[in-house]
Amino acid sequence: MITLKINGESHQLDADPQMPLLWAIRDHLNLTGTKYGCGRALCGACTVHIDGEAARSCSVMLGDAAGRDITTIEAIEGPVAEAVVGAWRELNVVQCGYCQSGQIMSAITLLSKNPDPSDEDIDASMEGNLCRCGTYQRIRAAIHRSARNLGGRS
Amino acid sequence: MNRSTGQPASATRRQFLKAAATGAAVFAIGFYLPFGRRARAQGVPQAVETPPPNLFLTIDADNNITLISKYLEMGQGVTTGLATLLAEELEADWSQMHFEFAPNDASVYNNLVFGPVMGTGGSTSMAGSWEQMRKVGAAARSMFVEAAARKWRLPMGELKAEKGHVLHGSGKRASYGELAADAMQLPVPRDAPLKDPADWKLIGKNLPRIDSPDKTDGRATFALDIRRPGTVTAAVAHPPLFGARPTGFDADAAKKLPGVLDAVQIPTGVAVLARDSWSALRGRDLLSVEWDNSNAETRSSEQILADYRRQAEGAGLPAANRGDAAAALGRATQKFSAEFTFPYLAHAPMEPLNCALEMKDGEAHLWAGSQLQSIDERVIAEIMGIGVDRVRIHTLLSGGSFGRRGNPVGDWVAELAQIVKASDSKAPVHLLWSREDDIRGGFYRPAVLHQLEVGLNDEGDISGWQHKVVTQSIFSGTPFEQMMVSDGVDHSSVEGLADTPYQIGDFSVRSFNAESPLPVLWWRSVGHNHTAHVVETTIDALAAMAGADPVEYRLKLLPDARDRETLKLAAGKSGWGGNPGENRGRGIACHRSFGTPVALVADVTVDGDAFQVDKIVAAVHCGVAINPDIVAAQVEGAIGFALSTLLRNEITLENGRVQQSNFHNYVPTRMREMPKVEVHIVPSTDAPTGIGEPGVPPLAPAVGNAIAAATGKRMYRLPFALA
Repeated sequence: MITLKINGESHQLDADPQMPLLWAIRDHLNLTGTKYGCGRALCGACTVHIDGEAARSCSVMLGDAAGRDITTIEAIEGPVAEAVVGAWRELNVVQCGYCQSGQIMSAITLLSKNPDPSDEDIDASMEGNLCRCGTYQRIRAAIHRSARNLGGRS
Repeated sequence: MNRSTGQPASATRRQFLKAAATGAAVFAIGFYLPFGRRARAQGVPQAVETPPPNLFLTIDADNNITLISKYLEMGQGVTTGLATLLAEELEADWSQMHFEFAPNDASVYNNLVFGPVMGTGGSTSMAGSWEQMRKVGAAARSMFVEAAARKWRLPMGELKAEKGHVLHGSGKRASYGELAADAMQLPVPRDAPLKDPADWKLIGKNLPRIDSPDKTDGRATFALDIRRPGTVTAAVAHPPLFGARPTGFDADAAKKLPGVLDAVQIPTGVAVLARDSWSALRGRDLLSVEWDNSNAETRSSEQILADYRRQAEGAGLPAANRGDAAAALGRATQKFSAEFTFPYLAHAPMEPLNCALEMKDGEAHLWAGSQLQSIDERVIAEIMGIGVDRVRIHTLLSGGSFGRRGNPVGDWVAELAQIVKASDSKAPVHLLWSREDDIRGGFYRPAVLHQLEVGLNDEGDISGWQHKVVTQSIFSGTPFEQMMVSDGVDHSSVEGLADTPYQIGDFSVRSFNAESPLPVLWWRSVGHNHTAHVVETTIDALAAMAGADPVEYRLKLLPDARDRETLKLAAGKSGWGGNPGENRGRGIACHRSFGTPVALVADVTVDGDAFQVDKIVAAVHCGVAINPDIVAAQVEGAIGFALSTLLRNEITLENGRVQQSNFHNYVPTRMREMPKVEVHIVPSTDAPTGIGEPGVPPLAPAVGNAIAAATGKRMYRLPFALA
């Protein structure tokens, strides 16, 4: 049995410790906001927060996630998360929307560490989150908007 | 905030009618509409045949209005667009609007541009529903007003509809939800007047996307997110060569995994059924499969291209022929001749292909981001041996498509049906394609070869244009063949070229159908994604040879006002003619597809063999912009999508094996590569034309022409090679 602490609750899972965290989240806990895109940490669609840091859940083994503090898109909260989600909606960022959970999780990590990111900072920090619909220009604008709403300068 | 679950309509059409008949707190509107013949993917449906009844909206007692969307939402904003048209004529408040996807029933939910087919594509949705959805809204509004008039014993003329309510000067007020049961008993007016454009409150406004809230908090339900009790997940070992067939397999190692339940052979490979996704994928990797490669594609990309060149030496089929191109070329004083090549391309939507099928009480229930429901239902019915009327498709949000989910042979849906049939599974089965399955799964944009020769006379005017196109036909052998193929020429192989709006007097295009077991498919903007590059690169080169300004040269050849206005708007907004600076180049391209001209001005910086696209100024003429912000988003997105094909994307074969597999060697555009994009819309109240695809075709030539401006080097192959 593996104890997974996710979104503030502890769950006992009878699963292979080598199973990627992504599949435990989606198939065993039925939290489907976290997406499968590549399975190899190449696209960022599966991004969650582990101990407050953006992490690709497709490439973290369940055994290594045990006991750590995991947050998925369904349970994000606080001023940064609210600013990011609000800006995403104000700027009509989404198209198909499939990558956006991961984009939002990465953006929250970025803004939590850097309240006033430059375009360069954004490009560097969001490099691993792919969007096939090409919403990048709006993602960048929404991160700047979030920063402004949070009191940063950009 | 709007609340839309993105869940499919739970009720079938019969159930809707039943709910309507019992007077439950559901208002369902039946409506008669013209049933169009197809009008080749360019525009508005034609009138008029005996029409079927349609059901497009429900209203509950709390005054929530739910659009029943017959189109798949794959990111293009169609649910917002349809809801806007409906709400406009209905006089609804935007906050009331929700959406669901329609059940599969082409007698009601057919795409009026396609004909008797339920499906989404060809950038037809807004053009095809512009009249229909507004008429539905206008009829419903009239019914609510009439219901209130009867209830209050007042003349209809004294009442008005506003924000989902009917009002009277006396202060009487009733919500549509309150009036629904009474309104439903009234006859449907067939000619309720549509609003004057001057009175539009929602059309033309930047309303927030109706699907945005759920797509930003994890609630949006894509096909991969559907959870049916007892679901079994299936992953398939596909053949390493296109056209190969499985002849036997050994699943002993796979079956030792605790989560693996079964393994079955199907025509497209061997499927592992397992308790969860991880076990299915692992089990699949442990299979050992024997393949019959006797009919497989074993060539490499270079050989295929060499075969294309050999084929181009033949006669081909006439796709366009006017004047005498050969004679005019003989009179020419300058000639431009070139060969252009394009690789196979995968669509690679972010959500890999997947769908779930459950056999229950003799019916097949499919959950999928279904883009061609009329195909998918038929495919399932045939494989499962049931009537098409026993197939229920629950359409769900799709994580992109770019053409991949609308397959005339329904490959992924068929594969799942074969698994269910072979395993005789009583449990729902969810087929999951990995990213590797997706990148290696075929149904690519075909590889294409263009060879052309164009002459100029002393005045710099075109004197003869001879052109050959070699590629695999996308439409031949599909149910859409009659629509798109005539006398052997697949229109999609030459669209945007054979019907170019440029006035060319002596013009010949010949089409050559290449053959391969590798399956091909439409890929965002279909033939335009290669023809636009060839035509617009050539026109740019001709302008240079004629010593003319590229914008002026194009204007001289373009008679249509829509093309001209679009080109001039892009040139004007970009400050065309300025000098972009050292190591930088500026290029322009203009191309019309799906009825919509798009002109792009690209600014690029060239650094050795590398280039960066700094900025794109776009102009677009799509008729009325129902939601200008979504129009802009589609053009921005099309540029981001297409850019990867200039930078690096290609599917290559080595002895038949695909060399790419995942996002490390088939890398979509990344954020740092995204140029600043500015979108300008030509103001118009014309009926809307397409917008999902038309932003793609002009990107490659605009950037290529900018690179040529900076370096003198033309881009004859995709992806671009500056070295």
